[in-house]
Amino acid sequence: MSALLEVRGVTKRFGGVVANESVSLRVEKGEIAGLIGPNGSGKTTLFGCITGTHAVDGGDILFEGQPIAHLRTAPIARRGLIRTWQQTRIYDDMTCAENMAISAREAHGGLVALLRPVPAATTRRGDDLLAFVGLHEKRAERAGRLSFGQQKLLEFAMALMNEPKLLLLDEPTAGINPTLINGLIDRLRRANTELGVTLLVIEHNMRVIMNLAHRITCLAHGRVLSEGTPDEIRDDRRVLDAYLGAA
Amino acid sequence: MSRVNDWHIMAALALFGIAAPFLLPGLVTQLAFLWLMVVFALTWDMLGGRMGYNSFGNIVFFGIGCYAAAVLQRDAGLPYFEGLALGLAVGAVLAVLAAIVFGAALLGIRGHYFAIGTLGLGIAAGEIASGWRYVGAGSGLALPLYPGDLGSREFFFCYSLFALAALCFLTCRWLYGTRFGLALNAIRDDQDKADAMGLRTTRIKIFAWSVSAFFLGISGGLAANMIGFIDPRDVAFAGATFGVWMVLMAILGGKGTLWGPVLGAFVFHVTQELFWTYLLGWQRVALGLLIVVIVVFFPQGIMGWLAERRERRGTAA
Repeated sequence: MSALLEVRGVTKRFGGVVANESVSLRVEKGEIAGLIGPNGSGKTTLFGCITGTHAVDGGDILFEGQPIAHLRTAPIARRGLIRTWQQTRIYDDMTCAENMAISAREAHGGLVALLRPVPAATTRRGDDLLAFVGLHEKRAERAGRLSFGQQKLLEFAMALMNEPKLLLLDEPTAGINPTLINGLIDRLRRANTELGVTLLVIEHNMRVIMNLAHRITCLAHGRVLSEGTPDEIRDDRRVLDAYLGAA
Repeated sequence: MSRVNDWHIMAALALFGIAAPFLLPGLVTQLAFLWLMVVFALTWDMLGGRMGYNSFGNIVFFGIGCYAAAVLQRDAGLPYFEGLALGLAVGAVLAVLAAIVFGAALLGIRGHYFAIGTLGLGIAAGEIASGWRYVGAGSGLALPLYPGDLGSREFFFCYSLFALAALCFLTCRWLYGTRFGLALNAIRDDQDKADAMGLRTTRIKIFAWSVSAFFLGISGGLAANMIGFIDPRDVAFAGATFGVWMVLMAILGGKGTLWGPVLGAFVFHVTQELFWTYLLGWQRVALGLLIVVIVVFFPQGIMGWLAERRERRGTAA
């Protein structure tokens, strides 16, 4: 198996607080990997390290076999590693269609490439992806007007527009109406199978992550506590203890 | 739908620009200043409105244009128009270079800090120019005399500035219709997101400032020749007048819109001329009040106010 992403012993400190301590993790090409752990266990920090927001204090991060720990956010994104945020980040004052258009991969190009109108094919692909997440009728609306859940879906669609090889999703179901969660799980799966996007998902909703992920890593206190299939994680006493505070 | 669109307004403005100097021969200089104001507002809005970077230092590029033209026309030993052409070209190039250098240094700073940094830039430029003997220091520089007839001088600068304003508008209109325009908006709305989506934000920001600087550099050379004299603080690096007006006009018209800065320049310039004519002695007070009124009652500018009204009527209907 070829690892698409390999995190090797990554350590990240904020002053005296060790947010990640020697964390190692592999995401295989084509899989859906889960990342769980109690609040403050360092999941989002790890996302920050992988995507270049945080400079790591130790360890290596390999994407497609190439070291990326020294790179900044944008060059990492251009290699095909895109993330979403827990608190969704979209372009508020632009329409949904514009949000999609500027998220296309072509926007990575140099200035000359940018000095062209958005091609019709890109607009169409953006519309298709908006339809995929159920936001097609909102395409001309200002993104900041959407509900939180809709903004989350838009952010997901924008990420797909970028044609990532690996997509890091930070709590995709948080704040989403429970009746819509099944639909979202279905879309995440289809992004994985139909669009060929490998996923690494942080999730607090156990029902969701147990259903979705092929393999799960559990963090606690900044360290990897346990790793395995959803069934193995479910039966791991240490994971339960970490969540319930017995540890 | 037979609604008025961009092309109708552009055609009307083109007609106005061409015919007005003949129809209003007494106001040719005011018209020339009007077109200069349009350039000011449009170039400010590219960063301030579209990209969300409020610059108080754009006046620097104008000043560089003023001085480049004045020095070259003084020293190159060319006839008037050749010297002017060379001066404008060099002014544009130097302004763009300055935008690249200052952009690399300042465009990494965000929000209020960028505004303050650029404010410092404008003040520093004025101080340097007024202490530099080669460019006339505090006593400024006089531009060579215009060789044509007395009446033709105003016409020449009025049409030159009109052409520059038109070119600047068309450039903005084209740019905002491309991915580059969207990228500017994306940087304004969430720069970290834009970075995380792979956009080359630094390059985009510097390019935007360079486009502004290009037009401001040329406008500086033309304005200096039209005024006939440059004072380092009152003309070239006039941060307290031109430098602030740029911001006001864009905000008044509606920042981040295509027509807002143009509209703002018209309204502002006409109002200001009226103040100077009818409220002499109180014109600064009136201008200050106008600024307060703009900020309090039209925070989104005229275009934003119109859009809001239209929207409200749409939901009411």
